[in-house]
Amino acid sequence: MNKKRIAKKLLYAAITIFFVLVFNYFLFRILPGDILSMLSRSGKTTPEMVANIREMYGLDLPWYQQFFVYLENLFTGDLGTSFIYKKPVAEVIGSRILPTVILLGVAEVLAIVVGIIFGIVSAWKRGKAIDTGLLSTSLLLYSMPTFWLGMMLILIFCVNLRLFPINGMVTPGRVFADTWAYINDVVRHMVLPMACMALVMIGEYAITMRSTMIDVLSEDYITTAKAKGFSNGYVLRRHAMPNAMLPMITLIAINLGLIVGGAIQIETVFSWPGLGNLMYGALVNRDYPLLQGVFLLTTVTVILANFLSDILYEVVDPRVKSMGG
Amino acid sequence: MGGNSVKAKLRKRKIKAFVSQVLANKMALFGTVVLLFFILVAIFGPLLVPFSVLEFGEVEDMLNPPGPGHILGTDDMGRDVLGYLIAGSRISLLVGALATGISMVIGTVIGIVSGYSGKAVDNVLMRITDFFLVIPWLPLMMVLAAILGTSIWNIIVVIGVTSWAGTARVVRSQTLSVRENQFVERTVSIGAGSGHIMLHHILPNVFPLVFANTILIAAAAITSETTLSFLGLGDPAHASWGMMLHYAFETGATSTGAWWYFLPPGLCVVAVVLAFTLMGYAFDEILNPKLKER
Repeated sequence: MNKKRIAKKLLYAAITIFFVLVFNYFLFRILPGDILSMLSRSGKTTPEMVANIREMYGLDLPWYQQFFVYLENLFTGDLGTSFIYKKPVAEVIGSRILPTVILLGVAEVLAIVVGIIFGIVSAWKRGKAIDTGLLSTSLLLYSMPTFWLGMMLILIFCVNLRLFPINGMVTPGRVFADTWAYINDVVRHMVLPMACMALVMIGEYAITMRSTMIDVLSEDYITTAKAKGFSNGYVLRRHAMPNAMLPMITLIAINLGLIVGGAIQIETVFSWPGLGNLMYGALVNRDYPLLQGVFLLTTVTVILANFLSDILYEVVDPRVKSMGG
Repeated sequence: MGGNSVKAKLRKRKIKAFVSQVLANKMALFGTVVLLFFILVAIFGPLLVPFSVLEFGEVEDMLNPPGPGHILGTDDMGRDVLGYLIAGSRISLLVGALATGISMVIGTVIGIVSGYSGKAVDNVLMRITDFFLVIPWLPLMMVLAAILGTSIWNIIVVIGVTSWAGTARVVRSQTLSVRENQFVERTVSIGAGSGHIMLHHILPNVFPLVFANTILIAAAAITSETTLSFLGLGDPAHASWGMMLHYAFETGATSTGAWWYFLPPGLCVVAVVLAFTLMGYAFDEILNPKLKER
C-alpha cells in the first residue's frame, strides 16, 4: 500500500473536517447575531442560563479567542446544553445513536445485496423485458422523495392493511414477558422504516451496478473468457462481478451523506427515536446547540467513512497502487 | 462577419441534430413531454383556477374525499386540493429552476477556473468542492435554512449554494482536456488573456456536459425544495407541493388515511423528478461521446 497516497488522503480528510468546524463555528455564532440573541428570541431563557452560556462560549472574549474556546469545548466532548432537554448535548445524542445505527445498518446491507443483484440481472439481460422492468422500478424509486415513500407505506401497510404499527420503536406502555417478545415488538416497528430506507437506496445501487456491469461485460477479457468455453454463470461470478464491485465501494461511501438525509426524513415520518428524529426536533424547536451537535457528528462521521472507503479502495484495487501520484 | 454567420449556421445544425436525437430517444421524449405539461400548468393553471377555491372553507368542507365539486377533495382548511396543487406547481418549479441556475453558475465558474488555472488555485478550489461533495446535503441545508430563516429566496439560495460540487468536478475534468487542445495554445500565443480563453474557448466546449449535468441537478433541487418544506423550512406565504405535504403530515392525514391530501402532490414531485432524471440520462448519452460507443 502506498503510504504517501494515504497520508495525502488523510490530510484532505483533516482539512475537510477543519472546514466543517470553522463553518459550524461561524454559522452558529456570527451569521445571525450571537447565540444569546437567538436564545432570547426563543423566549425560553432565564438570566442564569444567559450567564452560563456567556461563560461557556467565552462570549466576552475577542472572536478569535472564542474560536479556541469552541475548539477546546469540542475536543473535551462538551457540545453545550440542549435548550429543550436541559441536558448536555453529548448525552442527548448518545442515547439516540443506537436506534439509527440499527435502522441504517440493516437497511444498507439489504439495499446493497438487492441493488447489486438487480443491477447484475439488468445488465446481463440488457434490453429484455426484465431489464426494462427493473430499470423503471429503480428510476421510479430513485425519483421519490424519501419521506413521501414513507407516508405511502404507512397508508398502505398501517392504515389500510393494519399489518404494522404506525410509529415509534416499541409499543408504549406494553410490558414484555421476555426479551424475545421485546425484540419481536421492535422488529415489527422496524420493518417499514427499514424497508423504506432500503427501497430508496436500492434504486440508486441497481442503476449504478447496471451501468458498471454493462461496461465490464463489453471488455475484451469477458469475450475471451466466453471463447475459452467457460459457462455464463462462471464468467459472471469470476470475471465480471469482481471488477464491477469496485465502483460500488465508492458509491456506498458517497451515498452515506444521502443516507443521513434519508434517515432524517424516515425517522421523522415513523417517529423512530434516532438521530434523524432528534435533528428534526432540534430544528422545529430551534434548539441550536443540539442542531449543531447532531450536524457536527453526522458530518464528521460521513467524512471519516469516505476516507476509510478511499483506503479500502486502495487495498482492494491492485490498479490504484501502480498508478502512484 | 462571415465567420459569425458560419458559426451561427454550425450552431443551428448542431441544435437541429440534438433535437432530432432527443425526439428519437424515448426516455428524453417522455421526460420532455411530462416537463412541458407541468410548465404549461404552472404558467396557465392559476388563470383557470378561481381564487375562491384557495380560500379557507366552511367546517363541512374540511378534509372531504374526492367527489363532485372537488375532483381531488379538500384539505384540512377546506381548500380544493386540485386548485392548491396547480397553484403549488409554480413555486415548486420556480424554486427548482432558480436554485439550479445558481448551482450551474457556481459549478461552471469554479470548474473552469480550477481546471484552467491548475496548481494552487486548483488545489484550494477542489478542497472546497470536496467539502460540499462529501458533506451530507440535507443536514447542511437544514442548518442553513434554519439560521437564515424561512423565506422562498433563502430556500433557493440554500439549495443553489450547496449543490454545485458535482458540476464543478465534471466541468473541471472536461476543462483539463479542452485546455490541452492546440487551438487554446494558439490563442495564448496571439496574446489572449486567461479570462477571454475561459469565456470564449473553454466554456463553449464544456457547455454540453454542463447542460446534461444541470438537468440532473434540477431533479435534485425539486426534491430538496419538497423535503425542506416538508420538514417545516418552507415559506408559509407560498403554496408549493412540499408545503402541501408538510400540512398533510402535520395534520395527521397519513394516519387518518386522507390519501387525496398527500398522494397528488407526491405524484407530481415524482413525475417532475423522473422527467428531469430521464432527460438528464438521455442528454448525457447523446452529448457525451464516450458513452455513445457502448
